[in-house]
Amino acid sequence: MLQISGLHVAYGQSEVLHGLDVAVAPGEIVAIMGRNGMGKTTLMKSLMGIVPTKSGSVRMDGTEVSGLRSWERVAHGLAYVPQGRMIFSTMTVEENIETGLVASGDKAVSDDIYELFPVLLEMKKRRGGNLSGGQQQQLAIARALATKPKVLLLDEPTEGIQPSIIREMARTLKRIRDERALSIVVSEQVLSFALDVADRVLVIENGEIIRDDARAGINEAEIAKHLSI
Amino acid sequence: MFGDYSLSDLGAIFAMQGFAGLILFSVFLLMALGLAIIFGQMGVINMAHGEFMILGAYVTWLTSNFFQAHLPALFGGYFFVAMVLAFFASGALGMLVEWGLIRHLYKRPLDTLLATWGLSLILQQCYRSIFGAREVGVDLPQWMLGSFQVTDAIQIPINGVFVMVLTILITCAVAYILYWSRWGRQVRAVVQNRVMAGAVGINTEKVDRYTFALGCGVAGVAGSAFTMIGSTGPTSGQLYIVDTFLVVVFGGAASLLGTIASAFTISQAQSTLEFFLSGSMAKVITLLAIVGILMLRPQGLFALKVRK
Repeated sequence: MLQISGLHVAYGQSEVLHGLDVAVAPGEIVAIMGRNGMGKTTLMKSLMGIVPTKSGSVRMDGTEVSGLRSWERVAHGLAYVPQGRMIFSTMTVEENIETGLVASGDKAVSDDIYELFPVLLEMKKRRGGNLSGGQQQQLAIARALATKPKVLLLDEPTEGIQPSIIREMARTLKRIRDERALSIVVSEQVLSFALDVADRVLVIENGEIIRDDARAGINEAEIAKHLSI
Repeated sequence: MFGDYSLSDLGAIFAMQGFAGLILFSVFLLMALGLAIIFGQMGVINMAHGEFMILGAYVTWLTSNFFQAHLPALFGGYFFVAMVLAFFASGALGMLVEWGLIRHLYKRPLDTLLATWGLSLILQQCYRSIFGAREVGVDLPQWMLGSFQVTDAIQIPINGVFVMVLTILITCAVAYILYWSRWGRQVRAVVQNRVMAGAVGINTEKVDRYTFALGCGVAGVAGSAFTMIGSTGPTSGQLYIVDTFLVVVFGGAASLLGTIASAFTISQAQSTLEFFLSGSMAKVITLLAIVGILMLRPQGLFALKVRK
């Protein structure tokens, strides 16, 4: 579904990602673990075309997207839930979700999105900026789903969210995958969440993938070693 | 200054000057709407806005000449055609300018100031070369010339009422486009967070281009209204750009309601004061009042209240 090969990304002269190779199968949930500053967010941003790609290729369903603008990538089936949510705070909850409709071409927000996040239906007319952190996270996911993606990218979705909601989010993400048959790539620092949600766990360190383990038979201690300081 | 007039005279003077100020209000409002869209929504300071207005005025003049020469029977309705043409002419020029100039400068707001100022000089010279340095004026159709006689002392010019109704309609249309249409939602998303708007699938370049074109198109319509109060020359737009910036800042950038209120206040204050004092004194008093109010409320009359 999503095929990344030899991806090099740099900010000016300093290269952050040194040739990444990742393949994500349809319906697969992949967690990318790593400490701060190891390149998780840069990877997400470069996949969305927010940070330009230096060399290498990113393919969606075989189509090369690495030279495309952000909105063109969305049209090819990528969707993005950024770190810090980045919802449009002066717009209402409903309007926030509706911004995603431009890409899918739908006229109205489909009911199954509100079914997934009932709290958003209650708060439809509130301004996005007045929601709590967990609600904003749900809103950001709903907005991404409104574009009808094939691959959903989430950048540290658990950041700043209370533990009980984190567990619920793992369930929600799996439900989204099962109902919509899309692939999910999630970057994380919380190992328990990654183990909850992922089919495969990758570890990124200094801009390179150093581990790639399937969920079954994973060695927690080995991965935790790369996360602790 | 009021001493020489009786009370009923004063009432009549205020009423009539007030209505005379309506056309000024309309021009201010339409100009400021365009400027507020472009400045408030995109952060671009468009010094050439007056020239976009004058383009609309020239288009109106050309249309009126065309109707006089070729369709004298339909002359009464030329203004409607002229407005539509003015909107599209200024909008098309705006789109071209955004594509050729402004889009390269979004990250350098101060440079847009210089670039658009240069553009305004270029446009002025173009007008001078094409239309001549002499100012031109349009003939109003017969039905716009008279005035309603409300009481013995109060007359309301028909063209003033007409232009104001038109302005209200256009303002409502702009409000609808920005706040209730799908396209307006995209514009507001881009304004809030350009990068994120792109990442949810909004074509931000297209939104920028059409927003700029809309702002310029509305300025073109302002130019049509302008032909009723002044004669059109290559540099006429310059006289209005400062006042218009004042309207936008006084009203609070990005607030439609504020722009309306401030255009109304400024135009009425000027028009009423001009009757009793000289034109420049009227301007001085208006400016002083605005400076005073802005010192107390730097964010303008109406500012949107949201958590940042």
